[in-house]
Amino acid sequence: MNKKVANVEEACQGIESGMTLMLGGFGLCGIPENSISELVNLNVTGLTCISNNAGVDDFGLGLLLQKKQIKKMISSYVGENDEFERQMLSGELEVDLIPQGSLAERCRAGGAGIPAFYTPAGYGTEVAEGKEVREFNGKPHILESALTADFAIVKAWKGDTAGNLVFKGTAGNFNPMMAMAGKITIAEVEELVEPGELNPNEIHTAGIFVQRIFQGKGYEKRIEQRTVRPKN
Amino acid sequence: MLSKSQIAQRIAQELQNGWYVNLGIGIPTLVANYIPEGIDVEFQSENGILGMGPFPVEGTEDADLINAGKQTITALPGAVFFDSATSFAMIRGQHVQLTVLGAMEVSQNGDIANWKIPGKMVKGMGGAMDLVASAENIIVAMMHTNRAGASKILKNCSLPLTGVGCVKKIVTNLAVLEVVKEGFKLIERAPGVSVEEIQQATEGDLIIEGDIPEMKL
Repeated sequence: MNKKVANVEEACQGIESGMTLMLGGFGLCGIPENSISELVNLNVTGLTCISNNAGVDDFGLGLLLQKKQIKKMISSYVGENDEFERQMLSGELEVDLIPQGSLAERCRAGGAGIPAFYTPAGYGTEVAEGKEVREFNGKPHILESALTADFAIVKAWKGDTAGNLVFKGTAGNFNPMMAMAGKITIAEVEELVEPGELNPNEIHTAGIFVQRIFQGKGYEKRIEQRTVRPKN
Repeated sequence: MLSKSQIAQRIAQELQNGWYVNLGIGIPTLVANYIPEGIDVEFQSENGILGMGPFPVEGTEDADLINAGKQTITALPGAVFFDSATSFAMIRGQHVQLTVLGAMEVSQNGDIANWKIPGKMVKGMGGAMDLVASAENIIVAMMHTNRAGASKILKNCSLPLTGVGCVKKIVTNLAVLEVVKEGFKLIERAPGVSVEEIQQATEGDLIIEGDIPEMKL
């Protein structure tokens, strides 16, 4: 099945103001750079964005925050972004902070047809407020619900036109679960190949979860914290 | 009084052969620099790597290879990458034997607060709530007091909690403490630090039994 679309403009067709979007990535690692730029161009507003982080002030989702396109963020960690913190503390931006593992599992559950699950994470904290508590094996757990999105936007290293995806290094992170949880999933890839060119044994995300795929371009792949050892 | 590196060095003495270990951001990251000889451990970073190695040699850094602190890292031979759901399955499923993390406050019933100062600082909990809710072994690495000199080792936490009743051991710049039923049991003193100094810096109930040995680094 051919999921290939010509470019980012075609891939993002149908994204409208007020929608809920999932965006893959951890920090700036594995974020869909091309699609984020297109969301800025489209100037869609009132978005609910589900993403582990919110980028930095001038890159990643920070670009959408600057233009006040986001109404609500569902994330686990939002440090390293002054504009985010300002909008959150002033009340301009709704923020739902949830534990990282719960966020990942809520996306996975959304894609896997599991409406909710119990987890020990967050019990006894603000996160548990208003959530059902139940004991299993003598330990309290809280009920977390699944997340889905109108569009899930993910970034992979390689993909084929059937939508199969391969991630590189730690750039997979939330992308595979979010790919499963989008009503429409858009995948942008650094290298788009024909079916048969990827080894089926080494595919991370099956094409069934992807509706549109395109060859991305001009990846900046910015590094947030460059830590190195000297040569010798 | 211990430096941050020495806190990490003392925590590294707790590592056991064959353990998978998750190190948090800050002082905990430094623990990797002090693995005792003959101890084989593997470091997990919750953004999706097991078998994390040291920082890359200048010029070889890769934007697609980072740790949970968003720092560039390397992958050791035998390393594996995985998605975030798998990563937290390792954590919640107790396949990771030790979690080392920082804290703003710890209370004597083992509660920990490290993600939010209401009205001032909200960075989020990241993976900390999943880690502390599940790990069998949690060591907190922290300074005993804040910059204003107030104790961070408390009867009750005043900040929003990250987890309840989960901390077992604390290594600070002044002491090694264990969380027991009655309070914080003093296990070791930092070199040159007296029991009285530790007592003064501890707001929670400090349990002192017999002579308290100095740490060996």
